[in-house]
Amino acid sequence: MTTRHGRPALMIALLALASACAATKVDYGAYRSHMPRSILVLPPLNESINVNAPYVYLSTASRPLAECGYYVLPVAVIDAFMKDNGLPTPDEMHRVSLSKIKEVIGADAVLYVTIEDWGQKYQVLSSTTVVKARARLVDVATGAELWTGTEHVAQGSGGGENGIIGMLVNALVQQIVSSMTDPTHQVSRQATNAMVFNANNGLLFGPRHPQYDSDARGR
Amino acid sequence: MRGLQLSIMVAALCALSACAPKSIYYWGRYEDLIYDMYVNPGKADPGTQVARLTEDIDKAHAQGQPVPPGVHAHLGYLYYQQGNLGGAEQEFRTEKKLFPESTPFVEGVLQRMRRQ
Repeated sequence: MTTRHGRPALMIALLALASACAATKVDYGAYRSHMPRSILVLPPLNESINVNAPYVYLSTASRPLAECGYYVLPVAVIDAFMKDNGLPTPDEMHRVSLSKIKEVIGADAVLYVTIEDWGQKYQVLSSTTVVKARARLVDVATGAELWTGTEHVAQGSGGGENGIIGMLVNALVQQIVSSMTDPTHQVSRQATNAMVFNANNGLLFGPRHPQYDSDARGR
Repeated sequence: MRGLQLSIMVAALCALSACAPKSIYYWGRYEDLIYDMYVNPGKADPGTQVARLTEDIDKAHAQGQPVPPGVHAHLGYLYYQQGNLGGAEQEFRTEKKLFPESTPFVEGVLQRMRRQ
């Protein structure tokens, strides 16, 4: 008896959660009217104390954006190019004018990311890996802010301290663990995937995505 | 009944996370190489990266999956670092052909390479 009623209750809870999220409507108007085809991701600004954070993040940014249907400029090539042109740090890169970006790189939009917290936090019995960042997508032609997003994943060493959404995302996002020694790499992938593909407030599917024409959000 | 419950669960999960089950591109080790470039530079010198990326491009072709944005440009930049300007130009042109969105950037790179 309990199992017969237990499962529907769980399903109703999940559906309620999904619809509760859907209720907070995001305004996609500016985004739709300046739909970018290409996105430039600059190395993030860093408010954390972990010096590797911006470039670990950068190494996980191309895939979700490209799989979401956008052309993503080659992140490491752009970074090297900017460094060669007298912009050695992310702070300086973030100050490059949009007109200059339009002229030299020709991207339709820029994703400006700021890392808020990053790294492993050690407690008495366990450790938690934290990736927390905010992002702004800006239209290069007009300077209009098209979209903002946040990502925050705190993954315990046991993998279970993540909340139900985190666990679901973990289960859904199939990843290749490439570096067992640096958990931020994997957590950064998860967090960025979850932000980009969030059904309610994530990025719209871009022109190269098979569902570009059927994405009803913001219509 | 089980199947129905499962499919409702899956639908709910999809609603939460906008299921993206099928990859558009064959990713190979492109992003892992970028990680190593910055975090473990000793493991990702240009020669190693060229070998891995050309392998990945071959695998993508063999599986009939597209090469992701940026991979050919990245390979072109590695060839440039090795002094192989012909290889570099070819890869940047492939990037432009596959992704016309890259045209302004690629044209600028080619111009600067020609001036050298």
